[in-house]
Amino acid sequence: MTTQWTLVCKQADLVANAGVAAMVNNEQVALFYLPESENKVFAIANWDPIGKANVLSRGLTAHLQGEWVVASPLYKQHYILSSGECLEEDICLPHWKAKLDGDDVYIAEH
Amino acid sequence: MTSIKPLSTNKPHLVVVGNGMVGHHFVEQIIEQGGHENFHITVFGEEPNLAYDRVHLSEYFTGKGAADLAMTDGTLYDDNGVCYFTNSLVTEINRDDKTLLLQDGRTLSYDKLVLATGSYPFVPPIPGHKRDNTFVYRTLEDLDAIRNCAKTVTRGTVVGGGLLGLEAANALKNLGLETSVVEFAPRLMPVQLDEKGGSVLKGMIEGIDVKVYTDTATKEIIDGEDAFHRMNFADGTYLETDLILFSAGIRPQDALAKQSGLAMGERGGITINNHCQTSDDAIYSIGECALWNNMIFGLVAPGYTMAKAAVGHLLDDVTVSFTGSDMSTKLKLLGCDVGSVGDAHAKTQGSKVFVYQDEISQSYRKMVVSEDGKKLLGAVLVGDNSYYDTLLQYYLNAIDLPEQAQSLILPAMDGAPVGLGVDALPATASICSCHNVSKQDISDAVCNGALSVGDVKGVTKAGTGCGGCAALLKKVVDNELLALGVEVSTDICEHFAYTRQDLYNLVKIEEIKSFDALLKKHGKGHGCEICKPAVGSILASVWNDYVLKKEHISLQDTNDRFLANMQKDGTYSIVPRIPGGEITAERLIVMGEVAKEYNLYTKITGGQRIDLFGATLAQLPEIWEKLIAAGFETGQAYGKSLRTVKSCVGSTWCRYGVNDSMKMAIDLENRYKGLRSPHKIKFAVSGCTRECAEAQSKDIGVIATEGGWNLYVCGNGGMKPRHGDLFATDLDDETLVKYIDRVLMFYTKTADRLQRTSVWMDGLEGGLEYLKDVVIKDKLGLCDELEEGMSHIVDTFQCEWKTTLEDPEALKTFRQFVNYEGADKNVVFVEERDQVRPATDLEKQQLIAKVG
Ligand code: SRM
Ligand SMILES: Cc1cc2nc3c(=O)[nH]c(=O)nc-3n(C[C@H](O)[C@H](O)[C@H](O)COP(=O)(O)OP(=O)(O)OC[C@H]3O[C@@H](n4cnc5c(N)ncnc54)[C@H](O)[C@@H]3O)c2cc1C
Ligand code: SF4
Ligand code: FES
Repeated sequence: MTTQWTLVCKQADLVANAGVAAMVNNEQVALFYLPESENKVFAIANWDPIGKANVLSRGLTAHLQGEWVVASPLYKQHYILSSGECLEEDICLPHWKAKLDGDDVYIAEH
Repeated sequence: MTSIKPLSTNKPHLVVVGNGMVGHHFVEQIIEQGGHENFHITVFGEEPNLAYDRVHLSEYFTGKGAADLAMTDGTLYDDNGVCYFTNSLVTEINRDDKTLLLQDGRTLSYDKLVLATGSYPFVPPIPGHKRDNTFVYRTLEDLDAIRNCAKTVTRGTVVGGGLLGLEAANALKNLGLETSVVEFAPRLMPVQLDEKGGSVLKGMIEGIDVKVYTDTATKEIIDGEDAFHRMNFADGTYLETDLILFSAGIRPQDALAKQSGLAMGERGGITINNHCQTSDDAIYSIGECALWNNMIFGLVAPGYTMAKAAVGHLLDDVTVSFTGSDMSTKLKLLGCDVGSVGDAHAKTQGSKVFVYQDEISQSYRKMVVSEDGKKLLGAVLVGDNSYYDTLLQYYLNAIDLPEQAQSLILPAMDGAPVGLGVDALPATASICSCHNVSKQDISDAVCNGALSVGDVKGVTKAGTGCGGCAALLKKVVDNELLALGVEVSTDICEHFAYTRQDLYNLVKIEEIKSFDALLKKHGKGHGCEICKPAVGSILASVWNDYVLKKEHISLQDTNDRFLANMQKDGTYSIVPRIPGGEITAERLIVMGEVAKEYNLYTKITGGQRIDLFGATLAQLPEIWEKLIAAGFETGQAYGKSLRTVKSCVGSTWCRYGVNDSMKMAIDLENRYKGLRSPHKIKFAVSGCTRECAEAQSKDIGVIATEGGWNLYVCGNGGMKPRHGDLFATDLDDETLVKYIDRVLMFYTKTADRLQRTSVWMDGLEGGLEYLKDVVIKDKLGLCDELEEGMSHIVDTFQCEWKTTLEDPEALKTFRQFVNYEGADKNVVFVEERDQVRPATDLEKQQLIAKVG
């Protein structure tokens, strides 16, 4: 099956080395733009299951032990941007494949 | 009758009865040593849950769930072929044919048996002890039942003023009950404390509104008049209470031993030898049910040592055995420090005693020493446990006491160090008693490559039991690293092999203006949430650039990035600056109007200003536009920067004021408001020595005198309150400001990230005197540079919110969603006391259910 891509926004809507929130099919997605990473853009759920609020797009990004991660702005757990895995707890967030195509930002449907 | 057969295996069958902390530790240890290859292992536990951390049981009332307390979720057992059964009470042992009978009628055979059945709470047979609303405090189910009952009543009483009784009393108090403790003995904690110590503790506990009845025997419990129960005491008085919790000691759970005819102590307990074998070679007993040398050990550390000894014997390792255990304890009970070491009651023949008592700060300390005064035999501490670690080490390792032995319990005078350097500890010194880890074990771990406290914990398990040894553990690890010539890493993170102070100097000397430039030149990788905000703060301290400039934006923690404080539901609070707490009626009205328009929760803060809560990301710029139009500025409540300068009204209004504290406070707040610093900074100015502004609890405190101003530095409230130190007296306005400039800039230049001024100053070699030398006598020749640095910051101040409103690029980032105009549906408010507050999870579900 070929991947179905959804257009979310323009590159100009993103903030380099940080996150923004988007609404895709009624789901809150945290989009990160990391110009120095191989994949450039990443998408994980905006919902912080520990803080119980939609805030992950507002966390600080970091590069730890070879992985691009975001730190929750509430209680500072780290989530790997490519897999949604939490470094501290046994939790995995919903995550989407994401790509930058010219000026357009896409994420893959689940 | 069904029977459980071990899997078709020819390995001998090892059965563990009891899955408490010690039974679980036994399984962990035997797996770790490969014993699950030699034995087929089966575990039975009576409780519905697998082993959990009973030591921290009380945390079940303060937010931890059963899952947080669990010591295993069963994977360790599954992965290693250990069969386990919860809700399974073993009722009989038939030693002749080596079989067990379970309550549900099943039987099985064993080759080796381990009894780890723990103990049960003793309930004194007072008439009425079985009434409703009476409880014990041992299991998760007990706590569930107590919590349910506490919801409907107001008064609770604990019978028993020992260690556990007081812990239970604390729990009742936390559940919101009016709490009393009734103790039969003449003092609290009779086992650990002497009479004086017990009475100091009683005073402290009564000070927090827990009623204490010592020397009081309960005759009967009957129906109450105002409450559910009435407890009639032997002396004819009575106490009415709704809930009774018995904590009158524990008794070994030895029913199986009795039934099967194993040798037992006169007062119970299963007799064991140094290998933890009972009178039947095939049966071991460990933990609180076991009686060694006629002693029961009611703590987890000795149980763990027994578990290791039993595993050793089963696996033919003759080097481990159980030869008793130290019962010293330190705890915090109802907020009061209590410690007891060794022979607390000075029962040793010829022993001598030193006592120190301070009735003002309520502390009591006693040392029991040997007849010749050379060795420490025991100690009692009430009120301050900072003396405990050192005393325990002298005791455990029989180290010769210093000449002035009493210095070990006297308060530190003139900052002279008391205590024992970890260097002085012998290699055999026990550092972590829960996991029996010695100084040698730590030294070995470090030599084998464990180069941090975290690594050492992983290898040795030290510090992962009760946690009481954490501070000592860190000292020993650091000391070992130093001895190896390994520098104790002060690197800020994996991206920069520098301290914050190094980075500050690099930024300044090499005129580095962005994170990327600094990373490229002096770091590696891509940065993280530790180094980014730290460097962001340094860049702001040195260059005072707008923090939301494109190249700085991703460095800011969420609060700094959106110039507001994030709340638990993802909304923000807004705190405009209100210098000195002075505000006009017009501005108050504007704040009120804004709060009304956006339906914000409004509160006066602890820092004399007004906080508006519940604004969404997208509302922030709109709200600030209105506030700025009315003349407000950002209060930087989000930043590591100057928070507030608290002030009293001072000489303008107050009949006692000797100087205009209000004007000074406003001037100081306006001067330092732009400074980004390693941690937040708070000031206060009082108009006279009555000190209504609490200046001595601030980083910078100023108090008016007849001759000018007294300056106090490096105080704080918060987690570890500390009064500021008097730095200089009777200063004129100009000198006062000059000194503050220098102190703050020196702090900003040299402190670690997130280090408050107090910790910073205490860490300077020479402390307060050194700081005076640098700031007043200009010992380092730095004063001009420090003043210039500050005047640059003062001159380049900008209100970050004002700049943001003028910058369309920055404003764009305040959208809730990049592709959608709606709001976050998870942000839901309900009303309380005529204002909004975030809905709880439960309320949200109900609201959604109603809508849906
Ligand atoms: C709003 C306020 C409570 C209130 O409703 O009154 C408050 C709220 C917070 N305080 Fe505080 N503190 C507030 C006055 C205080 C005070 C009292 C004072 O300033 O006189 C103290 C003790 C004094 C002191 O700091 O020395 C205080 C000691 C702390 C501490 C402990 C600091 C320490 O050194 O131990 C923290 C934690 C930290 O900073 O790491 C903290 C942290 C916080 C944080 C930032 C916690 C957080 O991350 O969410 C809270 C967010 C503020 C917000 O959302 O706006 N707050 N906090 C007060 C704001 C004052 C203001 O106008 O700016
Ligand atoms: C509130 C509280 C606070 C404490 N604080 C501390 C502290 O700070 N420091 C410290 O060192 N210690 C503390 N303790 C004591 C510590 O919890 C015990 O020393 C430790 O739990 C003993 O472990 P154990 O495995 O021997 O017994 P337990 O943990 O009691 O485990 C025994 C288990 O065996 C089960 N069992 C009994 N009989 C049978 C049977 N016939 N068949 C099947 N299963 C059976 C029981 O249900 C129980 O689950 C505290 C205890 C409590 C209750
Ligand atoms: S400190 Fe108190 S007594 Fe002194 S001027 Fe201020 S308000 Fe008046
Ligand atoms: S002494 Fe309990 S964890 Fe170390």
